[in-house]
Amino acid sequence: MFAFQYRKAKTLKEAGEWLSKDDEAKPLSGGMTLIPTLKARLANPTQLIDLNGLSELSGIEVKDGALIIGATTRHHQVATSKVVRDAIPALADLASHIGDPQVRNRGTLGGSVANNDPAADYPSAVLGLNAKVITNKREIAADDFFQGMFATALEPGELIVRIAFPLPKKAAYAKFPHPASGYAMAGVFVAQTTAGIRVAVTGAGPGVFRWSDAEQALAKGMNAAAIEKLTLAADDLNEDIHGTREYRAQLAKVMAARAVAALA
Amino acid sequence: MAKIELTVNGKKCSGEVEDRVLLANFLRDTLNLTGTHVGCDTSQCGACTVHVDGRAIKSCTLLAVQADGADVVTIEGLAKNGKLHPAQAAFTECHALQCGFCTPGMIMTTAALIKDTPNPTDEEIVHGLEGNLCRCTGYINIVKAVKRAAELQGK
Repeated sequence: MFAFQYRKAKTLKEAGEWLSKDDEAKPLSGGMTLIPTLKARLANPTQLIDLNGLSELSGIEVKDGALIIGATTRHHQVATSKVVRDAIPALADLASHIGDPQVRNRGTLGGSVANNDPAADYPSAVLGLNAKVITNKREIAADDFFQGMFATALEPGELIVRIAFPLPKKAAYAKFPHPASGYAMAGVFVAQTTAGIRVAVTGAGPGVFRWSDAEQALAKGMNAAAIEKLTLAADDLNEDIHGTREYRAQLAKVMAARAVAALA
Repeated sequence: MAKIELTVNGKKCSGEVEDRVLLANFLRDTLNLTGTHVGCDTSQCGACTVHVDGRAIKSCTLLAVQADGADVVTIEGLAKNGKLHPAQAAFTECHALQCGFCTPGMIMTTAALIKDTPNPTDEEIVHGLEGNLCRCTGYINIVKAVKRAAELQGK
């Protein structure tokens, strides 16, 4: 690991200021991606600004028809929270299958969403549930937030404070995890919301995306058979040693059908 | 450099560490607690698992400075008054190891697992051990040992 300076912020304001003053500083949340990246010398930040323990970034509550979760809430807390289980059980279920137990004990919602790994689970829930990402500067709609592989609308010095998930009528997530890493080869979040049906796909493409053909097909009839008639275009999907783009297109379709079946 | 103070296996400890030092290295190199193993160094194998404030974590993926003020338990602190923890007793009884390199991490994960889930099913055990790799055993006796550890804990 290259040397850096570690600083633990006492307030969100202080963390934002430290980051704004130094382009090469990085925020540290759960560290489950950042620390392995540093160990592999793939990043060389000047400072790590630790966000853990900031009261503004913690807490889980249901307010005004939305489930609101603080950015530093760990996956284990989301998976086992009664408030989450009652409000959006699909989200608790998704969190319970991220990585492994040790990763879930450290990794955070805000960290995962800000990192926007193309195979991470949480982005599909944020996009599928049409959530709002609330930062220290503004509110960003999920449709505007994710901008492709590891890219988001976040500006330098901008930090996710909390995420507000509007309560859906029904929602379900199905993923095909890579057997070694647990990352999604394809994961599909399906939600029936007051604003219509949303289908978000992670793992298969260069970033999370909405599958509009599936959304339209499900609007006509909410059943798995509606998915089985579709073909997801493979042209823009990921291809690597683990699977071809056609294989991922097929997996995404099967996961979508499974998520729809789980809605019932 | 940062000065840190933490509780390790019930004892207050302090040390000066470089900001980039990992908790696993602090435990091994500064406190000489070499029971915590570093296996893969890529945050996958779980051999370095310890408990921080009661939760199992990979100590190779946490900076020592982040553990400032924390309560840390390593494999050396699991036995109480000379009596093995149920997870240690069960791994011995079920011969849940071959080379033993992954065992400290397996036992720390097992101890955390049976605290959260006192009567785990086979599926819960397999899911619960996803963060720990063993390259010798094929896991059969490890799964048996987790079940046995849960039984011993209930006695």
